[in-house]
Amino acid sequence: MLTDYGYVALFGVVALLLALSMVLIPFALRFIGVVPHNPNSVKTSTFECGMETIGKTWVQFNFRYYFYALLFVAMDVLIIFLYPFAVGLRKLGSFGLTAAIILIFIVLVGYVYAWKKRTLEWK
Amino acid sequence: MTELFANPWFHWAFYTVLLISFALGAVMGLIYIERRGMGRMQSRLGPNRTGPFGLLQAVADAVKVLLKEDIVPANADKVVHWLAPIVAFVPVLLIFAVVPFMNGAMLADLNIGILYVFAIGSISSVGIFMAGWSSSNKYSLLGAMRDVASIVSYEIPLVLAIIGVVILAGSLSTNEIVKAQANIPFILLQPLGFIIFFAAACAEINRSPFDLLEADSELVAGFHTEYSGMKFAMFYLVEYAEALAMCAIISTIFLGGWQGPVLPPWLWFLVKTFGMFYVMVWTRTTFPRVRIDQLMALAWKFMLPLALINIVVTAIEVVIWPTPAGLPWVLIIVNFAVAGILIVTWSRLMKYGWGRVETTLR
Repeated sequence: MLTDYGYVALFGVVALLLALSMVLIPFALRFIGVVPHNPNSVKTSTFECGMETIGKTWVQFNFRYYFYALLFVAMDVLIIFLYPFAVGLRKLGSFGLTAAIILIFIVLVGYVYAWKKRTLEWK
Repeated sequence: MTELFANPWFHWAFYTVLLISFALGAVMGLIYIERRGMGRMQSRLGPNRTGPFGLLQAVADAVKVLLKEDIVPANADKVVHWLAPIVAFVPVLLIFAVVPFMNGAMLADLNIGILYVFAIGSISSVGIFMAGWSSSNKYSLLGAMRDVASIVSYEIPLVLAIIGVVILAGSLSTNEIVKAQANIPFILLQPLGFIIFFAAACAEINRSPFDLLEADSELVAGFHTEYSGMKFAMFYLVEYAEALAMCAIISTIFLGGWQGPVLPPWLWFLVKTFGMFYVMVWTRTTFPRVRIDQLMALAWKFMLPLALINIVVTAIEVVIWPTPAGLPWVLIIVNFAVAGILIVTWSRLMKYGWGRVETTLR
């Protein structure tokens, strides 16, 4: 089992090196003169439809993202508990099924509450 | 041959080379299929000049993009701007580690394979967000925010749709799931799960009709507006490699992976994967792009409840008939009926303003 994770980790290292080389090859080719590099102030300005950009770009997030994130956390916990249940259902039988339905029901109560409170609307 | 593969270093080296060349080669194939297929569906030719039937178009594009100037905006967060393509690219490649090409022919047969796919796969959205945030461009930032919102929403139905399959297979290992489909592919036992998974996968990898984060008509190109040259190419590559990974996962867990008559197993796997991608191209040309509120409503009000019901129905079936003898025709009919009834009735609820509270639950 550990060798399997070792394979994945080593594969990840190779993938990282591949990605790094893909970014660095044009950088290296620039010094040979194959890839051009002539920046000027117009070229490096922020893209906009013909005018200067106004104000800061790094604004704060809208509050509605926060609601979705909160709901996501609750649902994710449900999912994590459902996975072991799903794998072992044949051994657990009807007891496991009842437990899972009770768990889903508890989360569903919160879900319906959130729907009624209009947190699911994108206003 | 078998004693060679018993050597872990040879096993690792063989599959590393195989997976990387498969990912890069198949992506070129996918780009060709997409451009030609879309061209045909829109009554035009598509690329047909470079090489026979335009087959070398992707190669020509790759060389062109390698020789392009790399422009970094003056206002950008330079380090993050450089790192973003790498962060997006590595996890996508890592997904292929658990994709079974034949019986046991995979880099690592993890016993949590499916969970690993989604744990790793969602990291690349961090790279996309880094790209949008660091570009210091409002279009990019909007695209990145939309990406985070859609990833957070569609992760849930995506992962819930899998649970039905896991219940039937009784294992999380991708190879075991394929083996459990020896008699019957799970798409017949999980029609609702398949539809939810396919739609959520399209949203997760930002393909039309859910490609809001790069909606060309409003956001220019979304998160990669400020990218050029090789870094732009990497995002392009990530997009198609994600599509390839999702198609491979769909064919593994729903279409029976390498199982199939007559043809060799790896060929079955490739046929199913590319067939799935063709369906994605088809949906892209067929459906118009959704609005952002429709995108969120579809995930939270339509797919999530249906996926939960699907899990409960599947679990009840498995408890009643733990090991159905022969082909479970009753289950197939019941499941298709449940899927049809649920989709039709729930669509009626969505008809009035996508399940808005003001109009339905007052």
